[in-house]
Amino acid sequence: MSLTQEQVRRIAHLARIEISDAEADATRDQLNGIFALIEEMQAVDTRGVAPMAHAQEVAQRLREDRVTETDQRTDFQAIAPETEAGLYLVPKVIE
Amino acid sequence: MIERSLKALAQALAAREISSVELTRLYLDRIARLNPSLNAFISIDPERSLAQARAADARIAAGEAGPLTGIPLAQKDIFCAKGWRTTCGSRMLDNFVSPYDATVIEKFDAAGAINLGKTNMDEFAMGSSNETSFFGPVRNPWDTTRVPGGSSGGSAAAVAALLAPAATGTDTGGSIRQPAALCNLTGLKPTYGVVSRYGMIAFASSLDQAGPMARSAEDCALLLNAMAGFDERDSTSLDRPLEDYTRDFAAAADARPLAGLRIGLPKEFFGEAERAGCDAAVMRLVDEAIAEYRRLGAETVEISLPNMQRSVPAYYVIAPAEASSNLSRFDGVRYGHRAAEYADLNEMYSRSRAEGFGAEVKRRILIGTYVLSHGYYDAYYLQAQRIRRLIADDFVAAFRQCDVILGPTSPDTAFRLGEKAADPVQMYLSDIYTIAVNLAGLPGMSLPCGFVEAADGRLPAGLQLIGNYFDEARLLAVAHRYQQVTDWHRQHPELD
Repeated sequence: MSLTQEQVRRIAHLARIEISDAEADATRDQLNGIFALIEEMQAVDTRGVAPMAHAQEVAQRLREDRVTETDQRTDFQAIAPETEAGLYLVPKVIE
Repeated sequence: MIERSLKALAQALAAREISSVELTRLYLDRIARLNPSLNAFISIDPERSLAQARAADARIAAGEAGPLTGIPLAQKDIFCAKGWRTTCGSRMLDNFVSPYDATVIEKFDAAGAINLGKTNMDEFAMGSSNETSFFGPVRNPWDTTRVPGGSSGGSAAAVAALLAPAATGTDTGGSIRQPAALCNLTGLKPTYGVVSRYGMIAFASSLDQAGPMARSAEDCALLLNAMAGFDERDSTSLDRPLEDYTRDFAAAADARPLAGLRIGLPKEFFGEAERAGCDAAVMRLVDEAIAEYRRLGAETVEISLPNMQRSVPAYYVIAPAEASSNLSRFDGVRYGHRAAEYADLNEMYSRSRAEGFGAEVKRRILIGTYVLSHGYYDAYYLQAQRIRRLIADDFVAAFRQCDVILGPTSPDTAFRLGEKAADPVQMYLSDIYTIAVNLAGLPGMSLPCGFVEAADGRLPAGLQLIGNYFDEARLLAVAHRYQQVTDWHRQHPELD
C-alpha cells in the first residue's frame, strides 16, 4: 500500500489539519514508511478471532440521572479563546 | 537528604530533622540550579509548592501525617492540576491553566504531598525520546548529549538527577518503563483500570495508565498506595478493594526469599536468534539479573509469546485511531490555541490545529483518521484489534506456566539526541518490549539491572518484569528482593 499526495490531503482535511503541498509530500513519505510497518499485521491469520477493544471485559456502569456537577462556567470560560455573554464565539456558520 | 528514600524522608519529617518547607526549598533550589541544563520541568510555581509545604508542616505538627505528607513529588505535565499551567508538552495547551484537578493530583493533595512542578514530556505523550515536546528536548542526566526516553522523560530525568524524590508518569506503550530504564529508575505501569484517568489528558484511552517513577520498588509501592483506587469519574476505573502494595516486602529473612517463584523467559526475547534484537551488552546485564534471581530461589521456565512481534504494528493502528478521536477536542473553541487569522469555521479549526500540534502528533492523527475511514476500517482497525486479542491470549497461556515474565525493557541504552528523530519507524521500535503489555492491559515495571560501559561514560540498563492482572504487589516484591541484593538502583549521575 502506498498513499498518494491527494490521499494525504484528503486525510488531513478529514482531520481538520491545514497542510501545504510541500508538507503533504514529506508527510506522505513518512506515512508510507509507517504503513509498511503496519502492513506486517496482514501476515497474521485472524479468522475467527473476536476483536479486542478493551483490556478489561467490563460492562459500562450506569448512574442515576441527576445533577452532580456544580456550575463552573465562569472558570471554564476564563480560559476560552473568545467568549461573550457566557457563550463561546466562533466564526459565522450559517449565512 | 536528597538521596533518601520516601520512607526515610517521611521519618526525617516526623523526627523534625527537616520541615516540609525546608525540604521543598532544597529541591526547588536544585531545580533552579540544574533544570536549565536538563529541561526536565516545563512549569514550576514555588509559591504554590511552598504553600502546600506549610500546610503539610501544620499537619505533621498536629500528628496527622500519612506516609507521603510533606514529601515533594514531580507531576508529569499530562495531569491537570487546578491553577497550574498544564501543557501536555504541546503548543496547543501552552496557555492552558487547568480549572480542575486530575484524580491523581487530588489524591496526592489529600495525602499531603507537595506538587513540586510539572515535568516535560513528549507532546501528548507521543514519543520515546522526549524530543517531540514543544518545550524542547529533555537531556539524560547520565549523559546530556543523550535522550532520557519518553514520553515521561522529564519525570525520569528529574528523579534521576535528584531534582525530585519521585514522580508520576503515564504509560500507553512504554512511556513509564522505557524512560525508567534509560535513566536508572524503578517505574511501574499498573493493570489497566487501577489508577483513575480522570484529568489525565487522553492519548489512547484503552491503553493509557498512570503510575509511579521512583528510585526503588519500595518507593513505587508507597506512591501506588496513594494513586490507586476506584473513581466513578473514570468510566473504565475498576471497582476493587484497596490494596497495600507494600504488603509483600516484609517477610522473614531468608537466603532464598523467592523460592517457589516461577519466572517466565519468553523465547521471543531469549531465543538464540531473537537475542539479536537487543543490544548485546544490555542482554548480558539481563542474563546476570536472571542468575541473581536464581540465587534468590526463583526457577525459570521457557515460555512463548508467539504474537509479540506483531504488537508494534497493531499498536500503531490502535493508538493513533484512539488519538485521532481524542484529540479532535482541540478545536480552538473552548480552550487551547486558536489561530490569529481565518476566513471561516473550518479554516479556524484546521489552522489552529496545524499551528497547535507538532509533527509527530499530526502524523499520528493522520494515521488514525485513515485507519478509521470508510473502506479501511476492517483491514486495519479490526485486524489490529484481533491481533490485540491474540497477544492478550498469549499472556493468559504464559501465566499458566509462570508467575512473572522477565525480559529487557528497551533494546538499547539511551540514544543520542537526534539519532532517531528523523525516522519515526526506528523510534517506534524502541518500544518493542513494552507495547504488548499495554495491549493486554497487564502490569509491567522496569528496574535498574546494571550499566553498560562506553568510551565516554556509562549508561544504565533496565530489566522488565511483567505480572498477571492485579499482581502489582507481587511484581513490586519481586523487584524489591532484587534491590535488596543489588545496588544499581542506588547509583546517581555526577552532576554537581
